[in-house]
Order: sequence, then C-alpha cells, then structure tokens
Amino acid sequence: MLKLTGLTKRYATGDLALNDISLSVPAGQVLALIGPSGAGKSTLIRCVNRLVEPTAGAVELDGRDISKVRGGALRQARRQIGMIFQNYALVERLSVMENVLSGRLAYVGFWRSYFRKFPANDVKQAYRLLARVGLESMLDKRSDALSGGQKQRVGIARALMQNPKLLLVDEPTASLDPKTSRQIMRLICELCQEQNLATIINIHDVALAQQFVHRVVGLRAGEIVYDGSPDGLTPDILTTIYGEEDWSLTHQDSGKQSDNDQNDDVEAAIMGGHP
Amino acid sequence: MPLMMNNKTPVWRRREPLAQRLIWLAYFLTVLLFLLCWKIVSDNTIWEFLADAHIQAASLIGRMIPPQWSISGSLLLPLWDTINIATVGTALGVLIAFPLAFLAARNTSPHPALRAFALAVIVSSRSINALIWAILLVTIVGPGLLAGMIAIALRSIGFVGKLLYEAIEEIQVTPVEAVTATGAGRMQILNYAVLPQIMPAFAGITVYRWDINIRESTVLGLVGAGGIGLQMNAAINNLAWAQVSMVFVLIFATVILSEWVSAKVRHAVI
Amino acid sequence: MTDNSLAGAQRIAAAQNGQWQPLPHISSAALRWGLNAAALIYLVLVYFSVDINWARVAQGLDRGVAFMASFFSPDFITRGGEIAIGLRESLTMTFVATVLGIALAIPVGLGAARNIAPAPVYYFCRAIIALSRTFQEIIIAILFVAMFGFGPLAGVMTLAFATIGFMAKLLAEDIEDAQRDPMEAVRATGASWLQWINYAVQPQVMPRLIGLSLYRLDINFRESAIIGIVGAGGIGATLNTSINRYDYDTSAAVLLVIIGIVLCSEYLSGYVRKWTA
Repeated sequence: MLKLTGLTKRYATGDLALNDISLSVPAGQVLALIGPSGAGKSTLIRCVNRLVEPTAGAVELDGRDISKVRGGALRQARRQIGMIFQNYALVERLSVMENVLSGRLAYVGFWRSYFRKFPANDVKQAYRLLARVGLESMLDKRSDALSGGQKQRVGIARALMQNPKLLLVDEPTASLDPKTSRQIMRLICELCQEQNLATIINIHDVALAQQFVHRVVGLRAGEIVYDGSPDGLTPDILTTIYGEEDWSLTHQDSGKQSDNDQNDDVEAAIMGGHP
Repeated sequence: MPLMMNNKTPVWRRREPLAQRLIWLAYFLTVLLFLLCWKIVSDNTIWEFLADAHIQAASLIGRMIPPQWSISGSLLLPLWDTINIATVGTALGVLIAFPLAFLAARNTSPHPALRAFALAVIVSSRSINALIWAILLVTIVGPGLLAGMIAIALRSIGFVGKLLYEAIEEIQVTPVEAVTATGAGRMQILNYAVLPQIMPAFAGITVYRWDINIRESTVLGLVGAGGIGLQMNAAINNLAWAQVSMVFVLIFATVILSEWVSAKVRHAVI
Repeated sequence: MTDNSLAGAQRIAAAQNGQWQPLPHISSAALRWGLNAAALIYLVLVYFSVDINWARVAQGLDRGVAFMASFFSPDFITRGGEIAIGLRESLTMTFVATVLGIALAIPVGLGAARNIAPAPVYYFCRAIIALSRTFQEIIIAILFVAMFGFGPLAGVMTLAFATIGFMAKLLAEDIEDAQRDPMEAVRATGASWLQWINYAVQPQVMPRLIGLSLYRLDINFRESAIIGIVGAGGIGATLNTSINRYDYDTSAAVLLVIIGIVLCSEYLSGYVRKWTA
C-alpha cells in the first residue's frame, strides 16, 4: 500500500531530520510511530503527503511514486491520503459541516466549493461520518464552539471524507485528556479497520500506542531503531529509542490502565473491535 | 540587572554603564536636533506677525461665535456628498486593496516579483495624502465628486492593503496545512483556510478606514473635489467666519457619529 | 427556542438526504433582504448625485496618462532648489512639531486615562483630544495661518496640535489597558503620584509609546506635504505649484521624494522598535 524507500530529509538549516528511511505499510495495518521529540516523526508523515518536501527517496502509494509529482497530480495524490492533526487544525470560523465537507475539495471544482454546492452524495457521506463520530446534531455549529474531543472527531470525519487509502495521524491525543485520548484512539483504529486503511500514527504515549496498534516503529534521530509488535517493546528497546530512564513504571502503568478499561462495562462493550 | 562592587560596597545601577551612556547620547542628539530644527523654523518665521497673534486669534474666534445656524439647511446636500465620497471611495479602495493584499502577503503571494509590485503600490498609496491625490485628480478628471471619490480610493488602497496583508501573514498555519493536505487547489485553500481567518480583520479595517475617510473627505472641497469643503472654502475666501464655524459644527457632529458607527460595527464583528 | 430546534432538526434531516447549505450570516430573512435593498437604493442615489461629466473625463485622460508617464521621467533638476528648500522646511517642521506634540501629549494622555485621572481632568483632556482628532490638519492650518501669518511656524503649530490628539488618545488607551496588579503593588508601597507613574505605568507603556512616536513622525512628514497648500510652509507649496502648472515631471519628483522618505522612516522605525522592545 504505502512504501517508503530511502526517504531522507535535510532541512535548509542543515539538520538531518530523516536518514534513509525504508518502510512499508500494508492496507488495514495500524502502525504507531514512536520516538522522542525531534526524532523526525512529524517530518516523516509530512514527507508522505508532501507538506514537507523530501530531499531524497521515494514515496510509493499503490506502486506509484508520488515524491516528485506536481500540480494536479500532487493534488490527486493528496486526496488519497487523509491527515489528522495534533491541534485539530479545523478552520475555526467555519461550521462543522463546512469543515467536514472541505475533505471533498479535491473532488469538486472551485466555484462549486465557493458556493458550498457540494454534490448530494458528498453531503450524505458527511452526514454519515458525523453520525459515526456522534456529532450529527452539531453540523451547523461553528467549530470554535466545540470541545477538544469534539474538534478531533470533526478532524477525523474530514480526513475520512476524502475516501483515503492511507491515513496519517499526527499526535492525535496530545491536546486531550486521558479519557478522551482513549476514545479518540479507539475511534481512529475502528474506522481504519472498517475501511481497511493503512495508517501511521505519531504518538508520544507509548502505553496508549501499545494498547491499540498492530505494529510499532521506533524512530531516533531520523533513523528506524525498532520495527515490530507492540509487545516487543522491552525496557531495553525503549532505552534505545528514548534514552536511559526507568521504564518499569510505564509497563506497569499500561497494564493497569487496560485492566481498568476491561473492568469498565461500557468501554469494554465498545472495545469489541479492539485487536 | 548590573550589580557592581565599588570599594567593596555593592552598587546597583539600572543598566550597564555602556547602555546607559548610549541612552544619554540618544537624548542629547534628540535635543540637539530639535534646537537645530527650531532655529531653521524660527529663521523662516516673521516674528513681528506674532506680536498681535493673540488679538488676531481673539477677533477670529469672536467672529466665529455664534455660528450662522441659518445656513445649516443649505449645507445638508454638500454633507450628503461628503458622506458619499467617503463611502464610495472606501468601497472602491477596498475592492482594489483586497486582491493586492494577497499578492503582498508573504504566505499567499504567487511570485516574489508580484509581491514587490504589490508592496510598491501599497507604499506609494500610503505615502501620499488624499488631498494631494485630489489636487491631481481635479486637474485630470475635472472638479467634482468623482475626483474626490477616486482620491479617497487611491489613499485607502495602501492603508487597507497594508493592514490586510499583515493580517494574512499572521494567520494560523495549521488549518492551511490541513486544507492543503486534502488535495485542495490554491484558490480553494485561500477560500476555505485563509479567508475565514481574516474576515473579521477585513471588516474591522474597512470600517475603520471609512471612519477616517469621512474626516478626510470633509476637506477635499478645499481643492475642488466636492463635498462640504467647497462651502467651507467659499466661506473662508469671503472671510465669513460665522459660516466657517457652522461648517465646523456640522463636521464635528458627522465625525462623532461616524466614529460611533465604526466602533459599534467593529465591536460586532470581532 | 422550539422554533430554532425544529429548524435545526429539519436541517439535520435534509443533510441526511444530501441537502445542505451554510446558514446565512444574518438569520432574519427580512433584515437580510432589507439590507440588500438599502444598499441597492443607496448605489442608485449615489449614481445620480455624482453626475459625471464624461466628456471632461475623456479630455482629462491624456493628462492622467501624462502624469503616470512622468513617474518614469521625474525631473529633480529644473526646480531642484525649490524642492530642496521645501524639503528642508518640511523635515524641520516635522521634527519640531513631533517633539513638541509628544511632550504636550503625555500630560494630556495621562489626564485622559480613566483609571488614573479624576473625572473633571478626564473630561477636559478627552475634549482636547476630540477637538484635535476631528479636524483635519489642513483646517487647523488655515486657522493658524490666519492667526500667525504665513510660514513654517503655523505649520509647526498645526502638526503639534494634531500630534497631541493622536498620541494622547493612544497613550490614554494604553494606560487604561495596563495591568492593574503592578499599579496596585507600587501604590501599596506608599509611592508618591509621580513615583507611581514612573514605576508602575511608564514601564508598561514605554515601548509602544516609542513605536507610536516614530509612526507619528512619519505621519507628520506626510501631512507637512499638504499644509503648505494653504501657506503653512513645507514641500506642499512646491508640489501644489507644480501640479497647477501641469509640470508633472516636477510633481512626480516631489512625490517620489516623499515616498522615498516615508519608506526610509518605515525601515528605521522597524529597527528602533526592535531595539526598544
């Protein structure tokens, strides 16, 4: 589905953010990208949809290299890649519905989008997605009137409006409280399963990642230092990724939290789709 | 900040000695420059005229009071013209300034050359007072409201353009990134991610400029560009100071009113 | 309330069926159409009151083109002496008037800040500000020329008067927006009024005051280019004469000089603001 080969990014300042990254993600797999701040997680996913221009290497989407395309072809490529942001990145003064419909911008012409005359099927899909994330009654609300968790749900709906094949998720829970973080992670993972999307999630919270994803890639100083199952993250490996620290607590912590979750009837019921 | 030891007693000074000296030097140079400039002004002034300035002032004010209320009816039409000059002039200026601001803003400009051009237009328009534009336009399109409207428009382009492009440069980047990531085209990005963010600033700037333009259009008549200034000019030439003061009263009332309207609207949009 | 929620439910149902348009900015349809109609009527009224003489406009277009063309062949030389004298006078007037104006604006601004001035002082200072801000520099210039005679002194007085209104208003607003805690803290130490202003108020408003002073210097220079038209000295007289003679090459030269100086002052004030921030 997604295949990165030799992806390298050197910023104009000379900093090497990514060094020869090769990685492939099959459809339906949820991959967590972990690593310390500045390891290049954000740069990596931005190189995929070219919000950041990679210096070298190839980004193949369904076997097609999109790392050099420009103009219309780039927009075509981007519309197959949904993105969810840390600070929601909603346009605050637009309504919830306009934010969700903006996911269809690459499918409609300028004047159509200017007059907000989206095809009926798009509106129906937007409604279904809003209903799926539980916000269908808010569609006319201005998005700055929403809470953090609600904003992130709108962000998710916008990304899925694109009918993407690949989902890039940048620190989806960094601005949210622990409970909302869990709900958002669960929602993202469920939706990826439903639509069989390849997904890369940047995440700081190792315990949260372990709980939800299929595969973990550890990044340190722009290089992959771990690629394997979430269960394989031993304290030794965490030390390679993040540096020296007492990791025993993290593990204990994550165990406790999942216990709590399983004890909670309601949450356990929703967690049916959890791997 | 600096704590120095002077004979083993700590001495506190507000600034480092060098910084303090530089500040004194700046003050000294300012005073020096002021005296020099004052000398030039003074050399070009005929001080004898000033001997009876207080008498002149007293007699001027004496002749201005009371204002000649009877002419107020005949001033209403010129006042209407003045308001039209300001309103239409603002509208025209904003219409041109709006696209110009997108060319001038670093983050939306399509090309550095276009950006330089837009900035040059903005700075030229800002540097030149509406009255100068009016003098020029009166010689070009003839005296009347049209010259006034275009003069106001030309002056407004720079003002609105500058404030608007600064607002565009200060928008949040993440919504722009998000809309770009959906594969939207350049115009769609402007429409969905940039425009909603600058709309309140745009409305505020427009109303603010309209308020300023009301003031400026009151004097355009002095050079023949229409409005209440024409009546003021005629009254001044006839030394009919009671009529002049009547015009002043009307201008004062209009300006206070426009300032109130502008403040109301700006509160409503922000 | 029920009306609203009913309309909301209808919109949700419509969206489910693929029908959705953003809510209009003005929710009342009557008001919306009323405003549109009012704008249309206004435009028609304006169109009839402007009364454009198209023949005159067509005739003038040549001059317009000639004027634009003269920006590419500005003549700094022929009337170079007049330009230099006018410029010197403008610059000196600007500087003197700005310094005087700011010196006078500081007490007025302190008096016009509601949080530190007693009511009678407040209203008196606000009246000065309103008077100074309402009337364009050129009107003040006419009056001062009538009182003090032709020459740069009338210009200095005009610009200083205008500076008072501008600076005092912004200074007063700044003081009113200043943080209260430090002001209360310094007052609580038993400081005198002047000490209080010096320690609690001045540090909070100083950077902006410097920035505004530079901005006003810039404005005063631009204004000095027009008050010469009514005899208050400066480069305006040179400019006015050249335009009336249709000597557009000289006009263009004067305008370019003004634009150049304004540009320089903008760059300079940018630097100064960086140092003082």
